[in-house]
Amino acid sequence: MKRSTGTRWQSAASKWAVAGAAIGMLVAGAAAAQKTELLVYTALETDQIKAYQEGFNKAYPNIDIKWVRDSTGIVTAKLLAEKANPQADVVMGLAASSLVLFDVEGMLLPYAPKNLAAIPAQYRDAKNPPAWVGMDVWGATVCFNTVEAAKQGLPKPESWKDLTKPVYKGKIVMPNPASSGTGFFDVTAWLQLWGEADGWKFMDALHENIAQYTHSGSKPCVQAGSGEFPIGISFEYRANTIKAKGGPIDLVFPKEGLGWDLEAVAIMKTTRKLDAAKQFADWCASKEANELYAANFAIVAIPGLSKPLPNIPADYEKRLVKNDFAWAAKNRDKILAEWTKRYDTKSEPKK
Amino acid sequence: MATPAAVFPPVAFAAVKPQVHWQDRLAQGLLIAGCCTLALFLLAPLGAILVKSVQDRSGAFVGLLQFREYFGTSALKQSIWNTLWVALAVTAVTVPLAFTYAYALTRSCMPGRALFRVLALTPILAPSLLAAISFIQWFGNQGLLKGLLAGASVYGPIGIIISAVYATFPHALMIILTALLLSDGRLYEAAESLRTPTWRKFFTITLPGAKYGLVSAAMVVFSYTVSDFGIPKLIGGNFNVLAVDIYKQVVGQQNFNKGAVVSFVLLIPVLVAFVVDWTMQGKLQAQFSARAVPYVAKPHRAFDAAMFVFCLAVSLLLLAVLGMAVWTSLIKFWPYDLSLSFRHYTYGLIDGGVFGAYLNSLKMAFVASVAGTGIVFVIGYLLEKTRGMRGTKAAVRLLAAIPMGVPGMVLGLGYILFFNHPDNPLHFLYGTLTILVISTIVHYYTSSHLTAVTALKAMDSEFEAVSASLKVPFYKTFHRVTVPVCLPAILDIGRYLFVNGMVTISAVVFLYGPDTRLASIAVLDLDDAGDIGPAAAMATLIVVSSTIACLLYAVATRVLLTRTQAWRKPSTAG
Repeated sequence: MKRSTGTRWQSAASKWAVAGAAIGMLVAGAAAAQKTELLVYTALETDQIKAYQEGFNKAYPNIDIKWVRDSTGIVTAKLLAEKANPQADVVMGLAASSLVLFDVEGMLLPYAPKNLAAIPAQYRDAKNPPAWVGMDVWGATVCFNTVEAAKQGLPKPESWKDLTKPVYKGKIVMPNPASSGTGFFDVTAWLQLWGEADGWKFMDALHENIAQYTHSGSKPCVQAGSGEFPIGISFEYRANTIKAKGGPIDLVFPKEGLGWDLEAVAIMKTTRKLDAAKQFADWCASKEANELYAANFAIVAIPGLSKPLPNIPADYEKRLVKNDFAWAAKNRDKILAEWTKRYDTKSEPKK
Repeated sequence: MATPAAVFPPVAFAAVKPQVHWQDRLAQGLLIAGCCTLALFLLAPLGAILVKSVQDRSGAFVGLLQFREYFGTSALKQSIWNTLWVALAVTAVTVPLAFTYAYALTRSCMPGRALFRVLALTPILAPSLLAAISFIQWFGNQGLLKGLLAGASVYGPIGIIISAVYATFPHALMIILTALLLSDGRLYEAAESLRTPTWRKFFTITLPGAKYGLVSAAMVVFSYTVSDFGIPKLIGGNFNVLAVDIYKQVVGQQNFNKGAVVSFVLLIPVLVAFVVDWTMQGKLQAQFSARAVPYVAKPHRAFDAAMFVFCLAVSLLLLAVLGMAVWTSLIKFWPYDLSLSFRHYTYGLIDGGVFGAYLNSLKMAFVASVAGTGIVFVIGYLLEKTRGMRGTKAAVRLLAAIPMGVPGMVLGLGYILFFNHPDNPLHFLYGTLTILVISTIVHYYTSSHLTAVTALKAMDSEFEAVSASLKVPFYKTFHRVTVPVCLPAILDIGRYLFVNGMVTISAVVFLYGPDTRLASIAVLDLDDAGDIGPAAAMATLIVVSSTIACLLYAVATRVLLTRTQAWRKPSTAG
């Protein structure tokens, strides 16, 4: 398909390419004189975008950011589908696990932002210069609906193992790791915490209590917030926003350890606005930017900038599991195949 | 406007084999052009994604390996079985429901028919996720009517079936209504004078006349249910269906190769539908001959009352779904703080940044409606009324049937792969509003096409034959006879494309650019973030504006209809 269309279009395409390039240069020339437009693909929340854009434009008023925002899965799929002719200049606020995929595909331009020295090794790509640099951590959190718990006589769980107790049968929702990155880091965290055999044994027991595997990482906490299901395994940013909006939930951080991923920034190799893209990456790694991230996330890339957030314990960072991104990426297909085989064939939701 | 009988004096018509004329050549050329357009905007993008089913992630050819791997998974059999039986159940409920509703609208003299017609549209006025939110609030674990399910959970087949029946009802109704509208009143008069009992008239005149419409509607409902992932994703719980398998592969794991494999499986029902349609073609005769007189219902107290009660019940159920969503948009926090406030509206409009997106949606839906109706009807006309070209016609029919079996997500990704390719001369379309318009027309092509074809099929080809023998060029016949006769169907298609353009998500979610975000996508974002109230508020705004648009449309077209449809009135009959 690709081949045949390619040859058919070759002659026409070259003409178009010349014309396109000419127009492109004209447009680029005109834009450079005024403002540079930078196309940023992101999975950030809408209200975060606003604050970050204002912060960036304070430092770089000559760069105009155009955003394409959607959920992590959609943005990742869109970027991969556009691989033949990428549109985005920069990717911001996307899961590091997605950026690893792009890096494997050779889509990213490694770049060391000015403030890189301030960012610890675990929060950026291991290569030098790094293909991506972290912004903040989002980690597993259990949303526990206190109103429904009182009605149904459920004790507050303190650990992952607590969730396997028979009293929670049909009361727990968690994201499906085959459709959600949040679900996937839960599973990899358990496997890394307890090893393969015990990890799967735990999930077997947990499965007995799961009412539903959702297709979004936010959904379990949304459902816990509205009492649809009393317990939802989700992540802390969503838990905090649901609580702030009036959901009667407590945030539980299971003591064994929490799965996590990074929101990170990367420059697309194909960008034609390299200077602006680099300036953007510089800003994203700056102290000012990290201070803005700290308003939303308990752990940001630069240590010491975190502000205490309501509902989140001071030792949150210590509770995170030691997460080996490379191991998780390499074994992803295998883990998901095993998970699907074990838990995805039962059709009826349990009560 | 004169009656058709006056335009065309009843000429005794014998089958003359006309000579090939330049006009025929023009029509044939246009048909080929239409076929190529469909191929370019449907087949090529689909090909770009489906070819991935024989590749690995790096793009190397791997033969049928992906198929073998996929068919080796134990979950697959379950998914196929679940998909099939749920889709059959939805078809079995929706089609009789829509038929009875359409029958009431066309064959009874009950009051409020115009209102009932509009109310039946409500399911497509709102993004489909609104229905899922609403059903969860009616029947979910905190649901007001949870007791009605007798302990069963709404998450699973029950939820999917009721949501899908709700969602597919207007699609089926539009096609069946078209079929019932264009029936020949003389048949009923003849039956009456022969004292044929009502049930017999129903089985010998009404049902056979509506057969094509019924089968088409069943195909649309079935394929829609099979290929839609929005409903099972939100309300399906752990109940696996094929469309959700695609979502997991494509969005969850970015595995386009496996996603393409499942898409292939989903195309099978479409091919079956096409074969059924094909075998029916030969057996069909036009109901609406050149001398036909439109059917005019006579008042019949008991029947009218029964039909009124039925339509009222259905409409109330439809409104209950929408009503719950509107209520959700007004309460503070479901289900713990039920006090009323407008804060979700201000929050959604201001923080959600929906207003610009909303204007984009209006623009997109309007253009899709105008351009789409024209394209759909002209292609339908050429298909039904041009001579010869069997091969091209078969190709066009197949192309028109495919969109209903293609999940929007697959279409959207195909559009990226095809139109974003640097070698594609149409690359300039990528990221523009135009490509959103095109993808929307293509995505909703099947129902629109079937409505047009159902209307056209009901018209006797005698019209064309007579015009040809009178040396009236076909485009004049098209303009002076076909379009006026089919105007109700044409207007339906326009409205259908508009309201769907306002709410479509699955294909366009991959295609919008920084300046072309749509309101429906903003609603999806809000729901995703757990802002159910603001999501419901924004969806309500879309519903309200679509309703206003529909009403304006109704007023504007009323004039048009009274001018062109005078022949439908009893005064001109007989």
